[in-house]
Amino acid sequence: MGKKEISIQENLSTERPLVRWLLIGAALLFLLVMLVIPLAAVFIKAFEDGVSLYLAAVTEPAARAAINLTLLTLLIALPCNTIFGLAAAWAITKYEFKGKNILITLLDLPFAISPVIAGVVFVFLFGRPGLGPWLDDMGFKIVYAIPGIVLATIFVTFPFMARELIPLMQAQGTVEEEAALILGASGFKTFWYITLPNIKWGVLYGAILTSARAIGEFGAVSVVSGHVRGLTNTVPLHVEILYNEYHFSAAFAVASLLTLLAVITLLVKSFVEGKRQNDKIQI
Amino acid sequence: MSIEIANINKKFGAFTALQDINLTIPQGELVALLGPSGSGKTTLLRIIAGLETPDSGQVSFNGKDIADKSIQQREVGFVFQHYALFRHMNVFENIAFGLKVRPRKVRPSKGEIEDKVQELLRLVKLDGFAKRYPGQLSGGQRQRVALARALAVEPEVLLLDEPFGALDAQVRKELRRWLRRLHDELDVTSVFVTHDQEEALDVADHVVILNKGQIEQLGTPEEVYEHPKNPFVYNFLGNVNLFHGRVQDGKLHIGSLEIDAPEYKDSPNAEAISYVRPHDIEIARNPGEGFIPATILFIRSVGYSVHLELRRGDTEDFVEAELSKEQYKELGLKTGEKVFVKPTGLKIFVPEDYSI
Repeated sequence: MGKKEISIQENLSTERPLVRWLLIGAALLFLLVMLVIPLAAVFIKAFEDGVSLYLAAVTEPAARAAINLTLLTLLIALPCNTIFGLAAAWAITKYEFKGKNILITLLDLPFAISPVIAGVVFVFLFGRPGLGPWLDDMGFKIVYAIPGIVLATIFVTFPFMARELIPLMQAQGTVEEEAALILGASGFKTFWYITLPNIKWGVLYGAILTSARAIGEFGAVSVVSGHVRGLTNTVPLHVEILYNEYHFSAAFAVASLLTLLAVITLLVKSFVEGKRQNDKIQI
Repeated sequence: MSIEIANINKKFGAFTALQDINLTIPQGELVALLGPSGSGKTTLLRIIAGLETPDSGQVSFNGKDIADKSIQQREVGFVFQHYALFRHMNVFENIAFGLKVRPRKVRPSKGEIEDKVQELLRLVKLDGFAKRYPGQLSGGQRQRVALARALAVEPEVLLLDEPFGALDAQVRKELRRWLRRLHDELDVTSVFVTHDQEEALDVADHVVILNKGQIEQLGTPEEVYEHPKNPFVYNFLGNVNLFHGRVQDGKLHIGSLEIDAPEYKDSPNAEAISYVRPHDIEIARNPGEGFIPATILFIRSVGYSVHLELRRGDTEDFVEAELSKEQYKELGLKTGEKVFVKPTGLKIFVPEDYSI
């Protein structure tokens, strides 16, 4: 009797062993071919010519400049997008206003269009065909310079924070904020003591996604950068140049830095993800 | 602090939440806003607190219009339906919040805040719970933390939105008695919203009955229960039997019955609805003046009184009756038996005045 029950349960909850192993095997094979082998190849290639060459490749002036530029871009884009994302999520979840749906749709724009187009738009806007000559007169240079790279990066990464926070803040509602206001807290204190602690893991998660994309962005940045070595090359652009010049080991060495960053991001992300679940638990 | 509400109107889109509300709540009273869901009672409470803005009309505290006062400046205590405790703060921090966020000049010292919170914890019988987080408390405990948090800023007006709605029956009864005692000890004017008529009648000084955004009746619990102004109030405040009939020349005709209705002496022949509470239905073994034949369908004998469900012999309508245990034993009633019922204390309404 007991035995029969168990077998029924097995049939209900799982596939036959053969099917099960085939499915798991296919998934693992796919991961191996698409992910593990390329990832391993990056590091193997990077260290192909020895550790000293690897270190030389990642510390030569052009590489260092590229790393600095990427970090600078991140340092500007991340705070901008965090503030923008918080403001947008706050407005969308705590207020009712006309055009709210349009705002939500616009938020997704960078996801929907190709990054190359984003880059081209900035070139048109601030380059020769657009405001370029006037900006030159004023002594500003945006396109083919650092401001252009920062703008393009901000553009492609701005949905991450808002997209992460909107569902979270919607689930939490406004009742705790109302309670704080009634207890006499000012708008800022309510935000600082009530709203922010409730969404802090969401903010961190959004920041991780934003950073990962900002560091790795290629298309949009490539269009506005102008590829001036040591000046307007970010790390991904630097990798491309090295590769095109047949410095394969050097290219892979710098690429391994990006890969390492991605792996660290993933680890932090999985840690934050667990914490973030706590935010969503309603009392 | 007294609360005066004058000509308040509020719409949400096409839905009228409140229509021309006028109400005065005297200093020190405990008032219940009672009504079914969608009657506008919570909206009215939120307007008093400043969480909603009325489309027109005014709210005054002690005779002073508070329209230009922000939520913070109104200094009311508010207890939310689902408590709205700050989930990332422990009980102590929750209760202390209202004092901690005060501007530096009027903020009590750390020691004073500590003393105040401990005093409140004793008041709500939660000594020793200071370090717990809201997630580690039962519903009744959360409710009391919410109350302590609201009381920490010493408000003169305490507003409670369905304060006992989410609690089980036992805790509910205990807490509402306790709230009544607390209200009497503190010098506050309290307004609470409820859809539970028993709760409202049990603890409030005055009951405001709301329906479809309008006040149906305002009075003490006895007044509204004994002298309901209209069929809605009668229906809403407990079980009733409905008798359809006609009034003519000061008499009410229900089926074969004829009952004196002197207040309708001058009214023409008109349809009428009359209501009788189950405990105002007399039951007899033998026919008599004013009795209708009926069959007992069901007897429920739990607690102090006995509930009977009967079907009238003349119209096939159902009648609910409530007897004391003694009466029930004396009559020796059984399911299926034929008896005679007599409605007493009839409340007559002529439907052209009121639609139900």
